[in-house]
Amino acid sequence: MAGAITTHLSDKASIRPKHTNESPVVRVVLTVVALLFLGLIVVLPLASVFVEAFKRGADVYVASITDPDAVSALKLTLLTALIAVPLNTIFGVAAAWAISKFRFRGKNLLITLIDLPFAVSPVIAGLIFILMFGAQGWFGPWLDDHNIQIMFALPGIVLATTFVTFPFVARELLPLMQAQGIQEEEAAASLGAKGWQIFWRVTLPNIKWGLLYGIILCNARAMGEFGAVSVVSGHIRGETNTLPLHVEILYNEYQFSASFAVASLLVLLAVLTLVVKTFVEWKTAQREPDGERSGEQHAH
Amino acid sequence: MHIEVKHVSKTFGTHKAVSDVSFGIERGKLIGLLGPSGGGKSTLLRILAGLESPDSGDVYINGKRVNDVPPQQRGIGFVFQNYALFKHMNVYDNIAFGLTIRKADKKEITARVEELLDLTGLRGFERRYPHQLSGGQRQRVAFARALAPRPELLLLDEPFAAIDAKVRKELRTWLKQLIATIGITSVFVTHDQDEAVEVADEMLIVQQGRLEQQGPPLAVYTAPQTAFVASFIGHSSVIEKPQLLRGFEHRAELNGGRAIIRPEFVEVGREREIAYPSAAAKGTIRHVFFRGAHLELDVQVGDNRVSAYRSLDQEPLKPGEEVYVLIHRLYHITDQSAVMLENPLKVDPLPVHI
Repeated sequence: MAGAITTHLSDKASIRPKHTNESPVVRVVLTVVALLFLGLIVVLPLASVFVEAFKRGADVYVASITDPDAVSALKLTLLTALIAVPLNTIFGVAAAWAISKFRFRGKNLLITLIDLPFAVSPVIAGLIFILMFGAQGWFGPWLDDHNIQIMFALPGIVLATTFVTFPFVARELLPLMQAQGIQEEEAAASLGAKGWQIFWRVTLPNIKWGLLYGIILCNARAMGEFGAVSVVSGHIRGETNTLPLHVEILYNEYQFSASFAVASLLVLLAVLTLVVKTFVEWKTAQREPDGERSGEQHAH
Repeated sequence: MHIEVKHVSKTFGTHKAVSDVSFGIERGKLIGLLGPSGGGKSTLLRILAGLESPDSGDVYINGKRVNDVPPQQRGIGFVFQNYALFKHMNVYDNIAFGLTIRKADKKEITARVEELLDLTGLRGFERRYPHQLSGGQRQRVAFARALAPRPELLLLDEPFAAIDAKVRKELRTWLKQLIATIGITSVFVTHDQDEAVEVADEMLIVQQGRLEQQGPPLAVYTAPQTAFVASFIGHSSVIEKPQLLRGFEHRAELNGGRAIIRPEFVEVGREREIAYPSAAAKGTIRHVFFRGAHLELDVQVGDNRVSAYRSLDQEPLKPGEEVYVLIHRLYHITDQSAVMLENPLKVDPLPVHI
């Protein structure tokens, strides 16, 4: 997930003169190989999710996803994303803004820190929070005295999810904002605009599609996160189970159809995300009909 | 004085961008900040705008010290090198930005934008976005946008740099006339001396963060005060051994010094073409360059090489040909100054007294 791939295929780019192109045979072979691979690795497993989910009929499917535990898991997943994504959006915009528009000490350290969650295994990320807030952790006794529950409850799940998804927005915005530079902001300042006016009227409109794209990626990961959340959740059914955890529990209990039915919910959420993402990309490409600024976009 | 800059310095890391610069600008003047790239011109302009703050020294606008006044409150208009138009706004909204930000009256905004659209010849383009405009049009939008809030001081950073040569010439004339019509004090940065000479009322020559000379283009051109200005302005060749040039052999100060000679100071031709053959030395044509409107000659005279112009109407000279070279005058340069010396042999051999 760390290296999100973005493509901007335009017609212009695919029409190439013969001498820089391959022969039809090579093209067909390459395309078939790519499609076969994609089918085997991506499409087939995804299709199997739905096949398995409906194996024992639509009734079982509906029953599985309307099961109180499943509904509660879905709610928890959405709630977690609803808290973690805005937090990371605010943080990401602030960090990208600070890094690309100002000169200050410790800038490189901040850039490195932003990448840290990508470098750390999600399970380790979960353990970090156990070490801090768990019963034997640094703040455990104090939290216990004050009756504050972080581990094995919503706050822990949100914390772990936020940690894991924290680079997405900032990483998406940084190259975009760095490429755009600060000239438009300076122009706005010379015309009398103050800090917030500059942000709302100049900076935000320039980054809005990149920002939306970052939010989508962040959201996809927030809803799908397993490792870190698994460590801090405690797997309390109907209370601290998110959808991915619920799938695992059902599977371990040999309720394959139910497990796949719930999994299909996650797949649907992912498909929805993809549709929105494609729309955003299409919209971004449409905004630059002459392709003048492509290349600045999503320079992964 | 409208603008006064006193002992301003600015350092980026170890790079001294501006060092101890002082100058004054009268109201309504169009000033050209001229100098080589990386010489501190843009930094100086940005200090005037408040986009950079000086490490030391003071900036005064209308007699008021503005060091701590943010760009928003300085009453300036700034035209950026790449225009920095707001990409997501159309021409109308770009021009109106400075007024909408001040929450000006809607009718007032419309009237002002319409006025500027007419002034800049952009009527009919108000709904276009910056990427749908040509370079020259974008430049005019940037100009209109900067003028909309009626600034007292207009600052332009390399305003013509990103425009192709032909349009640039038209825009220069247009800009000069427009600024004269509005009567706004303006400072523009350029590294192109033709542009500065043509457009500016007054030039400030800046090099390595220092102000070398200030004055009207003609004065700077004819009386450069420093060695740098003498070599930078005009098309100059540096002469390492000026004491060997005919007419300058007995100038003691030239011994070991250097001189700068502009092509227009040099007359090259066959013996009968030269007005004062006695003051001329023999030389050899090394190269002949076609420069469009005239020819440029590269001539070897003794140990020195000089450049000269020759009209296309005159008999052509060929490389290798022996010619007479008359040096009318030269600038003797030292580290500090540039002094013009006339050729003393240039007296009429047969004076006619009436």
